[in-house]
Amino acid sequence: MQWDIVIGLEIHVQLATKTKIFSGSSTAYGAEPNTQANAVDLAMPGTLPVPNEQAFRYAVMFGLAVNSEIERRSVFERKNYFYPDLPKGYQTTQLERPIVGPGYVDIDLANGESKRVRIHHAHLEEDAGKSLHEDFHGMTGVDLNRAGTPLIEVVTEPDMNSAEEAVAFAKKLHSIVTSLGICDGDMSQGSMRFDVNISLKPKGSDTLGTRTETKNLNSFRFMEQAIAHEVERQMDILEDGGVIEQETRLYNGDRDESRSMRTKEEANDYRYFPCPDLLPVEIDDTFIEDARSRLPELPDARKTRFKDQYGLNDYDAGLLSGDAKLASFFEEAASHGKDAKLTANWIQGEFSARLNAEEKTVADSPITGAQLGDMIIRISDNTISSAGAKKVFDALWTGENDNVDAIIDAKGLKQVSDTGALEKMVDEVLAGMPDQVAQFQNEEDPKKRKKMLGGFMGPLMKASKGQGNPKLFNEILLKKLEG
Amino acid sequence: MHNKSVAELSRELDSGKVSSVELTQDFLSRIKQEDSKYNSFITVTEEQALADARSADEQRAAGNATPWTGVPFAHKDIFCTNGVRTTCGSKMLENFVPPYDATVTENFRKAGAVSLGKTNMDEFAMGSSNESSHFGAVTNPWGLSKGEKRVPGGSSGGSAAAVAARLVPAATATDTGGSIRQPAALCGVTGLKPTYGRVSRYGMIAFASSLDQGGTMARTAEDNALMLNVMAGFDPKDSTSLDRAVPDYTATLNEPLKGLRIGLPKEYFSDQLSPAMEEQVRAAIREYEKLGATVKEVSLPNAKLAIAAYYVIAPAEASANLSRFDGVRYGYRCEEPKDLLDLYTRTRAEGFGTEVKRRILVGTYALSAGYFDAYYLKAQKVRRLIQQDFINAFKEVDVLMSPTSPSPAFIQGEKTNDPVTMYLEDIFTIAINLAGVPAMSVPAGFIDGLPVGLQIIGDYFSEARLLNAAHQFQQVTDWHQREPQ
Repeated sequence: MQWDIVIGLEIHVQLATKTKIFSGSSTAYGAEPNTQANAVDLAMPGTLPVPNEQAFRYAVMFGLAVNSEIERRSVFERKNYFYPDLPKGYQTTQLERPIVGPGYVDIDLANGESKRVRIHHAHLEEDAGKSLHEDFHGMTGVDLNRAGTPLIEVVTEPDMNSAEEAVAFAKKLHSIVTSLGICDGDMSQGSMRFDVNISLKPKGSDTLGTRTETKNLNSFRFMEQAIAHEVERQMDILEDGGVIEQETRLYNGDRDESRSMRTKEEANDYRYFPCPDLLPVEIDDTFIEDARSRLPELPDARKTRFKDQYGLNDYDAGLLSGDAKLASFFEEAASHGKDAKLTANWIQGEFSARLNAEEKTVADSPITGAQLGDMIIRISDNTISSAGAKKVFDALWTGENDNVDAIIDAKGLKQVSDTGALEKMVDEVLAGMPDQVAQFQNEEDPKKRKKMLGGFMGPLMKASKGQGNPKLFNEILLKKLEG
Repeated sequence: MHNKSVAELSRELDSGKVSSVELTQDFLSRIKQEDSKYNSFITVTEEQALADARSADEQRAAGNATPWTGVPFAHKDIFCTNGVRTTCGSKMLENFVPPYDATVTENFRKAGAVSLGKTNMDEFAMGSSNESSHFGAVTNPWGLSKGEKRVPGGSSGGSAAAVAARLVPAATATDTGGSIRQPAALCGVTGLKPTYGRVSRYGMIAFASSLDQGGTMARTAEDNALMLNVMAGFDPKDSTSLDRAVPDYTATLNEPLKGLRIGLPKEYFSDQLSPAMEEQVRAAIREYEKLGATVKEVSLPNAKLAIAAYYVIAPAEASANLSRFDGVRYGYRCEEPKDLLDLYTRTRAEGFGTEVKRRILVGTYALSAGYFDAYYLKAQKVRRLIQQDFINAFKEVDVLMSPTSPSPAFIQGEKTNDPVTMYLEDIFTIAINLAGVPAMSVPAGFIDGLPVGLQIIGDYFSEARLLNAAHQFQQVTDWHQREPQ
């Protein structure tokens, strides 16, 4: 049987506010356990929440960026359940009246098509702390530093039909929130976490199947694997005539396996009700317009601009505009180096390869956009060959020297472009290879001729001690051989 | 000295006739000698009080005195006090010492007042007789001379008994459904529940957040005004407190009452009201007429629904507010928990008393899937109707008057096994919390030697008018000066 895959996502985005959503504690990551938890975060008796305006501003900016209506009056509710890392015994969140209403995000697919994924809503809430099960023999450690960190939970419609689409959406959302500067986007620290709702239905059917929810995926790779794994699991069950149980599952990325966390019957009754400690939040036009004025250029607009301004093709423009830091690195390099296409190639080639090999992000890059631009200039004006440029790049990367021209000088990478000198070398080399010259001149097949031409380049480069301009050598050779 | 009001003590301190240390020692020794009869204090902070008194005397000598500098008083044990045990009347918090002050506590500290300790209360403010305290019931000073052990009302029973017994001239209190006014009435003292949002709730341990309000208790209306001057005001730490100017509540106490329009809600003067109680209240109202007030009947048509709505909303909020008492971070924890569920269930089963558990269960039920609409949402609709009743009434009159409680103080144990009868103790007070308006209870006579209270209800933020009305009444009556034998 053929199946349609139906995927909806819930994404928790940690907001990059300095302090927590309802208290003045710092939200910085990595502090000693419980050093960033004050009386409010610890839910000491009598303490009360005070909303952090910046969290609301960020939520509104997000809503505007995903084409959503901003709800003028949003209400916080209490979601009641007991867990040691939930100090109040309830999470303060939004349910009936979320701050961000329906919207949408357009994603680009590998086949060049674009797809619209609808946002159902996004709401503000507080994060829980962390329960630490390792290093506490027979006990559980509780770290409340994270408790009260502001989150927006983004809930999509079930509009995605493959792992590829879900990952493309996730990456797009990552790109939007990092461009907005409302989230640091560091998935390894849990700044973005994904819950994936998956169901299958017979191909073409209108009726949705029973869905499962796989929780807390914190990388695009795990998300892709978890979806593949769950689709396969459900398909096996359905094809054996079984039924899918509505449940919440946990995926272990290291082992590529999942297990049931709780079934529908075991689900909590959260007993939501409006939080009486917080008044409804009224958002007025002034606040919305202020948030709008703070919106930076968003990935979609940037992509269009990259195509217009730098003449990039759709693919390059898409890749370079997605990540705000990469985009600004590209722009610095391209504005310096003048050749945007060549800059794009270097960023997607050598630059990305080195970052990946060393597990670095653009922010950690040892070379600046301006340095890369300087190097591009020297490629464009034929001062160095692309082989020479690789050596320059390496020297910049390792910090051996930070000046492109100084590296070229020190390493003797400057190409010989004096045609008189090059012609003389060609004459000498051809004089020493009469048989090959005759063979070339008798050959009619252009492919073979091209290959044979390469046979002269080796000796020429050797004669020029590697400094002859290959492009010029090529031109001179052809003139001499065909002339 | 112990029969003097806060205003009088303040003047004595000012004139140098007495020092704060002397006053503090005097009241501390009264507590030591007398309180075994009443059990009105959970914690007495003798050393801290004497240290504060010494520093208050220094402040007065240096000319930095407020009306409160050096005046002894006490806090209901629901207000967190930095470094001083705060129990909320519960085993759950028997050993809890907060590392912070409630805003109310901080305000009194800044004003230089000397706290002698923490007064007894119903556990987590849930009760109308102060019998649900983990630290034992409080006994009303009235009736003891006849050998009767009567309740002081609740939940601020400790504060009311301590003021009535002259162990302190004033005490803070809180009111969620009548917890200031009913004990004030039963103990013959004057109490004020301000408008919701007038006094910060920060550091005041929550029972039902949308109803809880901190307030005042003393023998005179003037002292209530002095207290409210310290307590009222916007607090950035409480999002539900209101940013509105605070008047000097003592400034308008002597305004004449001529032309004051008094409304009598007919629902509060039904044939179920005992003739004795009605007689006392009508007599008090006649005093107001002598002072130039006019009286008319008004209606609060939805008032009869108040108790039912309250006993959905208050327990619902309480069920969530009390979830933090889980044995994980502070407070009582059961011995040797087997696992997490055991930790939760035994900690809460052992740490909470019967009435608290009853209300958590009721609240949890009311919020459960399938019941939410029928209980919680319906109760909220009723609440809005009740608010509207008060808004309508205050278009016609300036204040409403009624009995504070249906009867005077009853014998301990009389109603403990009948929660619904106990809940009816608050039949005249509960609607006020649902509406969020301010109200007072003022001593207004006696039935069989037991004090009764007149409830005066005002429009939002009309505390000054209520205090004025109470003060003028106290200029022509002496019920508030009567001392239990």
